[in-house]
Amino acid sequence: MSTAIETAPAPVVTSAAQLIKDSYKGKIHPDWCPGCGDFSVLTALQTALFELGLKPHQVLVISGIGCSSNLPGFINTYGMHTLHGRSLAVATGAKLANHELKVICTGGDGDGYGIGGNHFVHTMRRNIDLTYIVMDNQIYGLTTGQCSPTSVKGMKTKSTPHGNVENPINPLPMAIVGGATYVARGFSGKQKHLVELLKGAIMHKGFSLVDVFSPCVTYNKDNTYQWFNPRVKILEDQGHDPTDFHKAIDKGYMWGEEIPIGLLWKRTDLPSLEELEPVLDDGGPLAFRQLGITDEQANALIKELL
Amino acid sequence: MAKVDFAIGIGGEAGQGIATPGDILARIFARRGLNLNAYNAYQSIIRGGHTFLTIRVSDGPVRNMGDKIDILIPLNQDTMNRHLKLLKSGACVLFDNEKIKPGDAADGVQVCPLPIKQLTAGNKLAANTVAIAATLQMLGVEFEGLQDALTRIFKRKGDAVVAENVGFARAGYDYAAANFKSFPFKAPNLDKGLAVLTGNQATALGGIAAGVKFYAAYPMSPSTGVLMYMASHARQLGIMVRQVEDEIGVMNMVIGAAHAGCRAMCATSGGGFALMTEAIGMAGMIETPVVCVDVQRAGPATGVPTKTEQGDLWQILGAGQGDYPRIIVAPTDQKDLFKTIPELFNLCDRYQCPGLVLADLLISEGTASVDPADLNFRAEIDRGEIIFPNGNGNSDNPFGGYNDMAYLRYKLTKSGISPRAVPGTPGHIHIAATDEHDEDGTLISDEFTNPAKRRLMVEKRARKMETVVTQIAPPKLVGPENAAVTLVGWGSTEGTIREAVEKLAAEEGIVANQLHIKWIVPFHTDEITRVLSRSKKVIIIENNYSGQFARYLRSETGIAAHGHIRKYDGEPFMPHHIVNSVKEQLAGKTQLSVPTHEIYV
Ligand SMILES: Cc1ncc(C[n+]2csc(CCOP(=O)(O)OP(=O)(O)O)c2C)c(N)n1
Ligand code: SF4
Repeated sequence: MSTAIETAPAPVVTSAAQLIKDSYKGKIHPDWCPGCGDFSVLTALQTALFELGLKPHQVLVISGIGCSSNLPGFINTYGMHTLHGRSLAVATGAKLANHELKVICTGGDGDGYGIGGNHFVHTMRRNIDLTYIVMDNQIYGLTTGQCSPTSVKGMKTKSTPHGNVENPINPLPMAIVGGATYVARGFSGKQKHLVELLKGAIMHKGFSLVDVFSPCVTYNKDNTYQWFNPRVKILEDQGHDPTDFHKAIDKGYMWGEEIPIGLLWKRTDLPSLEELEPVLDDGGPLAFRQLGITDEQANALIKELL
Repeated sequence: MAKVDFAIGIGGEAGQGIATPGDILARIFARRGLNLNAYNAYQSIIRGGHTFLTIRVSDGPVRNMGDKIDILIPLNQDTMNRHLKLLKSGACVLFDNEKIKPGDAADGVQVCPLPIKQLTAGNKLAANTVAIAATLQMLGVEFEGLQDALTRIFKRKGDAVVAENVGFARAGYDYAAANFKSFPFKAPNLDKGLAVLTGNQATALGGIAAGVKFYAAYPMSPSTGVLMYMASHARQLGIMVRQVEDEIGVMNMVIGAAHAGCRAMCATSGGGFALMTEAIGMAGMIETPVVCVDVQRAGPATGVPTKTEQGDLWQILGAGQGDYPRIIVAPTDQKDLFKTIPELFNLCDRYQCPGLVLADLLISEGTASVDPADLNFRAEIDRGEIIFPNGNGNSDNPFGGYNDMAYLRYKLTKSGISPRAVPGTPGHIHIAATDEHDEDGTLISDEFTNPAKRRLMVEKRARKMETVVTQIAPPKLVGPENAAVTLVGWGSTEGTIREAVEKLAAEEGIVANQLHIKWIVPFHTDEITRVLSRSKKVIIIENNYSGQFARYLRSETGIAAHGHIRKYDGEPFMPHHIVNSVKEQLAGKTQLSVPTHEIYV
């Protein structure tokens, strides 16, 4: 382990014309274990942002706590590293305060589906325009290898030495019925494919979930790259129709010899939360509006009390 | 000196309609320029139980619900039984004599039976309208005021309902004129209109005055009124109001909105506050200004949802793990709540830290009259050192081109305050990290743990608090300097203690003074120590069992009080509770008085 922070060269962002992929390079190099799946997710996100032509200052990446949740520290955009499980709530506040920002949440399966399960469910039903990237390694990395909500039944972890007896959560069908309007699954071993999923998610107006198999090479000895590689099947190659609700659920449930990755479900007919909020109709982001109220408004409020 | 000072008590089951007559009476008196304070003692039940609303009215200042009931309007037998024996000579009781038996009233109490069935042609629901009409007649209030109020209230239900209710009122009014003696006191018309508002409304209005653009909450009594007020005014005022899945979500959402540049606020009660505390610590760590109001109710756990207490002081002092700057204030009444919220927002923005407000059911659900001139929506707004993408901001550090590397969000400064750029601003990219971080936001928590940097960051944040105390008003000793006893309280008890001080002088010949503390953190340690060390006898009054404030005062000043008056039955202090306890303690009978609540329960 290094003791000093390795500082990368200054990100070069002088104008949109000069936007280069390095613009998204964070100030420090990630401290993930060599081989950790999260590297690939970070690179895919940087690539997606670059290819979409977004300027780093227009993007806010918010995470919870965990290995994967350290991501905002490794990318040159505005970032918030918040509390374990709470990134979606923080992100909802930030997005509603400034709906012109691209707000992206990143985190782990423990963070998002465990401690943050309540916010996950409710953020989806609101269909707010956020992109949620879950680096799903089916284990708790940062706390050194305990069972997570996506650990499969029977899995031996430090907190389930005799094998996990609980059923895992399946976030994809849950998201589809929960109200998310863009639901995809990626794999760190298929980075190019992941870039496309992320681009689609970031541009989608509404809540997007991209659950990414991102192997923890240190603590998860079961769900490794070698285990996933022969099993993952790209939905786009199979002609899957992401507007077919029942097929999307079926694909989401598939596990074992064939595990579908790709865009499972998408609908574009529902407005997102910000679009439904009359308060945001005009006047730009709330955060930049004039504070206080007019004298007429004040008088009206007082009149009600008389 | 006040010429009139009377209290009306209306009681009955929940669902019998006590709020509406209460509201009508309050508005009629306030429109005549009379001051009032109303308190509703109720149970957590939608129908049934016992609720008792006290409205105290005076042409002088009214700071609490008072000690006595002059006009009792029982809507059921239970209320009659509980309260009649407490009425003194000069008081009166108005009731439906076909439904309620009066029992024995004390000498000099006027018993006014109202034949409700006869007056309303069988509409028993109109009993309260008839009773308040009779009351107003006996107080010398012209019928027109009542007619206006009824028209306003029933307008939505149509002309027929308005006409019917005005008719019932007329019948009650005329019946009283013909059959009862007028009160010895009248409700004068002072020709100036006062506003009437609850503390929860005052909190919401204070937020609105402060420029709150984002309000989130999860319903919890007694704080829910803030959410309801905000929600009903959100559209017209351009405020984003969200009901969130839980209080953890609330606080985190508020922090997200504040981080993005909004003034953001939330209110809750003790249990909800407990859930918020991890996030409040985060606001301290990432130096995001947010305001959170804890409307205390009787605890622990879900305790007594409809009863008041000052029992969350230690919870709020300990909110959030670790050691970090925050500002804590306990406003003293509805008007003070309104004024304090914008002041707190300015402090939070300037010092980039969370601001916590300790209210309680007494002040938040209690109603008071306020001079509309005191509702100033033009209060100064100071957002501190903030950098916005459009250059609007208050910082010496205007953004100059794209140079993210030069911007240090958590810059080590002498004041401890580092200019805060909001997301979206070019050239100021940074990460707000809830783990300990470097000046630029880089985590120094895991791999890069660095004791020297950690120490500098802790000190930087702590330095901010060194000057906050100079920005807020110190408590003032009210009353003669060399009094026999100094009564110390905090938060919502101010008005009741003030009245007790006056009563001690007027009725008992005891010279007392009062030191009331509003700002809890930072604490005016020097000022308070100076005043109290000169006091002959210090008695601390608080609405809890263990003397939370007494312990805090001792920890901050080393001063141990000579006596304590504590109440933890869920009901607020009334002036006579304090008067009697002070007498008892001056006579050397005890150092701890726990007054008994005689009525309402
Ligand atoms: C309230 C709270 N409880 C527990 C923790 C400890 N904690 C930190 S990360 C973590 C689990 C992380 O797992 P996951 O989200 O799957 O992320 P990974 O490290 O695997 O990427 C836990 C339990 C915490 N920081 N806060
Ligand atoms: S512990 Fe696992 S998840 Fe964490 S960095 Fe190492 S490989 Fe990645």
